Amino acid sequence: MTKELKKLDEVTIRFAGDSGDGMQLTGSQFTSTTALLGNDLSTLPDYPAEIRAPAGTLFGVSGFQIHFGKKEISTPGDTCDVLVAMNPAALKVNLHSLIDGGVIVANRDGFNDKNLKLAGYEKNPLDDGSLEKYQVHAVDITKLTTNAVLDLGLSTKIAERSKNFFALGMMYWMYTRPVESTVRWIQEKFSKTPELVEANIRVLKAGYAFGETTEIFHAHYEVEAAALKPGTYRSVTGNEAVAWGLIAASVKSELDLFLGSYPITPASEILHELAKHKNFRVKTFQAEDEIAGISSAIGASYGGAIGVTTTSGPGMALKTEAMGLAVMLELPLVIVDVQRGGPSTGLPTKTEQADLLQAVHGRNSEAPIPVLAACTPAGCFDAAFEAVKLAIEHMTPVILLTDGYIANGAEPWLIPPVKSLPDISAKFRTDPNGFFPYMRDEKTLARPWAIPGTPGLEHRIGGLEKENITGNVSYDAENHELMVKIRQEKVDRIANYLPLAKVDGDEKGDLLVVGWGGTYGAIKTAVEEKRRQGKSVSHLHLKYVYPFQKNIGDILKNYKKILVPELNLGQLALLLQAKYLIPVIKLNKVQGLPFRAIEIEQKIDEILK
Amino acid sequence: MKLVDKILKDAPAIPTKKYIAKDFQSDQDVRWCPGCGDYSILAQVQRVLPELNIPKHNLVFVSGIGCSSRFPYYLDTYGFHGIHGRAAAIASGLKVARPDLSVWVATGDGDGLSIGGNHFIHICRRNINVKILLFNNQIYGLTKGQYSPTSEFGKITKSSPYGAPDHPFNPLLVALGAEASFVARSLDRDPKHLQTIIKRAAEHQGTSFVEIYQNCNVFNDGAFSTLTEKETKDDNIVYLEHNKPMIFGKEKDKGIKLEGFTPTVVSLKDGKYSVSDLIIHNEKDTMLSFILARMSNIPELPQPIGIIYAVARPLYDDVVTEQIDKAIAKQGIGDLEKLLKHGETWTIK
Repeated sequence: MTKELKKLDEVTIRFAGDSGDGMQLTGSQFTSTTALLGNDLSTLPDYPAEIRAPAGTLFGVSGFQIHFGKKEISTPGDTCDVLVAMNPAALKVNLHSLIDGGVIVANRDGFNDKNLKLAGYEKNPLDDGSLEKYQVHAVDITKLTTNAVLDLGLSTKIAERSKNFFALGMMYWMYTRPVESTVRWIQEKFSKTPELVEANIRVLKAGYAFGETTEIFHAHYEVEAAALKPGTYRSVTGNEAVAWGLIAASVKSELDLFLGSYPITPASEILHELAKHKNFRVKTFQAEDEIAGISSAIGASYGGAIGVTTTSGPGMALKTEAMGLAVMLELPLVIVDVQRGGPSTGLPTKTEQADLLQAVHGRNSEAPIPVLAACTPAGCFDAAFEAVKLAIEHMTPVILLTDGYIANGAEPWLIPPVKSLPDISAKFRTDPNGFFPYMRDEKTLARPWAIPGTPGLEHRIGGLEKENITGNVSYDAENHELMVKIRQEKVDRIANYLPLAKVDGDEKGDLLVVGWGGTYGAIKTAVEEKRRQGKSVSHLHLKYVYPFQKNIGDILKNYKKILVPELNLGQLALLLQAKYLIPVIKLNKVQGLPFRAIEIEQKIDEILK
Repeated sequence: MKLVDKILKDAPAIPTKKYIAKDFQSDQDVRWCPGCGDYSILAQVQRVLPELNIPKHNLVFVSGIGCSSRFPYYLDTYGFHGIHGRAAAIASGLKVARPDLSVWVATGDGDGLSIGGNHFIHICRRNINVKILLFNNQIYGLTKGQYSPTSEFGKITKSSPYGAPDHPFNPLLVALGAEASFVARSLDRDPKHLQTIIKRAAEHQGTSFVEIYQNCNVFNDGAFSTLTEKETKDDNIVYLEHNKPMIFGKEKDKGIKLEGFTPTVVSLKDGKYSVSDLIIHNEKDTMLSFILARMSNIPELPQPIGIIYAVARPLYDDVVTEQIDKAIAKQGIGDLEKLLKHGETWTIK
């Protein structure tokens, strides 16, 4: 029987299972294959803080969502069309995100008495009619997996471990994706254990064949390639993009990159990625704590390297005093904060945008630091590059905010030609004649970068207040106020070097939705939807949160109302109100989860009704 | 060539000359209390630096916070006055980024062992080629007289009017426990000895730790008087010399003998013991180093002064450089285009 092939514009699939079931791997393989087919896509991993939570429990469920299509995709999808559930807990935790009429592919073997009990089901939901409104495909995935590898002589435990490839194979068939890219990946990944290469490939293909031949599935689907800009693409996560952006800045500036960092979720992947690339002369220093991470980076910057430290909220708090030191020393430094749910340890693996005020204001005394915010996974590349450029050219620490959502999320990235990257010009002082450590560039107010090893420039710097120009320790009252003002003015003047902000939509109208950072995709999706419906609504997304671009105030005046959606209790709203004295409407969500576009759409409707 | 190498190569040269101590005096007024032991330490460092044959633009002194940490302001080298406790971490980053520099840390018992204790043990463990001078005055001076992590148990201070309930650190044991490769002790009041030790510390490849007993004449005057006053010092100090027996006393008539693992004082006068019964100091003996360092905790024993331990072991900064050199030799210098396009890519036309 030839099965029907239906065309779809977009699909969202959620893979869910135990944290030991390999769902992240399954999801990322589906993502690679889908990207290679030319679909636009966006992904979101959703995993528990525990590495291997007890099997079968609700809190041990690990999920991975991919939204792909032939149209432009900006978010991992509010809801999913297909839910792959490897056990009852995965079903229970994720069912709420499945659309009515959506598809459930369940591993029937995982729905045993023990797992049903652990998930709190009294009856098996696959049989009791409770899933009536969905299309349920209960497949004996574990059994089919072990059968496929029976003659390989693997232990049951090892054989069962391949079951995620069976599920992946079925999904490949269902959405007309080739298995080859994953086959290549398996061959490479398991090259040291040929029996696992054989087992995993067989199971993957068995899953595909199962979809094709059994009577369970009546149709499968095709999602054509998206009309993306011409060029070479790759898939990239936010954390990878930060690492590569930093390396690119090192190449462009011809300065060595030094990362001082302490492992912390969800920022550690930046350290991992940078540690790989020693042939770029990258030095990664896994410090004894967060404070040593930033302190070592400051030491490296003092020596003429690009000092970088990467962290998340709790680590940011620990680095605070050293950031003040960097402000006083006026040395380049990049601090990357991959925000997560807080306060304190909070929700380590979940996303949030609540470190904004900490980044902008969270230091003792007057200690201005420019703050950038990356908006998308791929956007992290440009943001990291620009953070280094500003730090070096303005001799200042710079904070780059990303968040767990874009750090772990992936999307296709149009790889920029290396030649198109802007120059970064580091100006080192070498002339001892007339040198003082705190003399300044007239335009930027940057002080000279005078590094140890330069003959005749021996000088002392430190955290005590400096006398203007000479840099000698000074307790003079007038001088202190002058220096506080100069440090502020130096950061304020950075606005002169930023591109003007641009609005998506009309330049005037009823409503402007203002966001910053990782909410870009959800706001864009929502605003575009409302504009299609004829609403007078536009979108402004801030990549520079301190200082603001020079035209922000003018833009805000052109709309009757301003809506500021944030994953906090209104921190950007506070900054905008304080700076521009305008009323704003807030939309806040602090659940460790990104916005769903629909949530923003509903708020727009409510405002414009 | 990397930009920094090029900048330093092309920088205007300064005529080289043979330095004298005075060349290392900065233009800043020294602001320690009159009579402070820090003056002697500064003077001895200024006397040793010319002997090291390091151009002064390649010398960097890093410090934290406290009286000791004002040190860099008074030396005409590159100087970095950091924040409390973090000198070792700042110096680590600097040295790893710039292995060509001679990097020193000036710290104190509070800065180095209390707020900065974590960085201290980790720099020792990593064996980064940084020279650490820890001025131990057993008190907080800059904050005006609270007990420190090296103050004796029960010490009466402003913050411990009923006696400090804390048991003190023995800095030598902390350093040895953290696997430091060079551990020594000297005294502010013994300039010649201090110079010798500073020079050896400078020459050592790896983290060098020098504890310097330093008198705070305002808040803890006389803390080390039995070790520094003429009448008492010979009977309370045993100077350690590599491959030499541990003899001390005004008349050189006493020695240290091991009873099991316990060092004990024996007389060389009564004919019962001779020099051949005494411990022969060996800087490379790990087990002995712990025994010697422990002597300071035992009131009946003289305090060991000198180089307790000095061994060669791989340097963190060397390993980092080697890894980079190897990676470049194997893969070629990094190509950004290649990096961005590695792995799976696809082209849209």
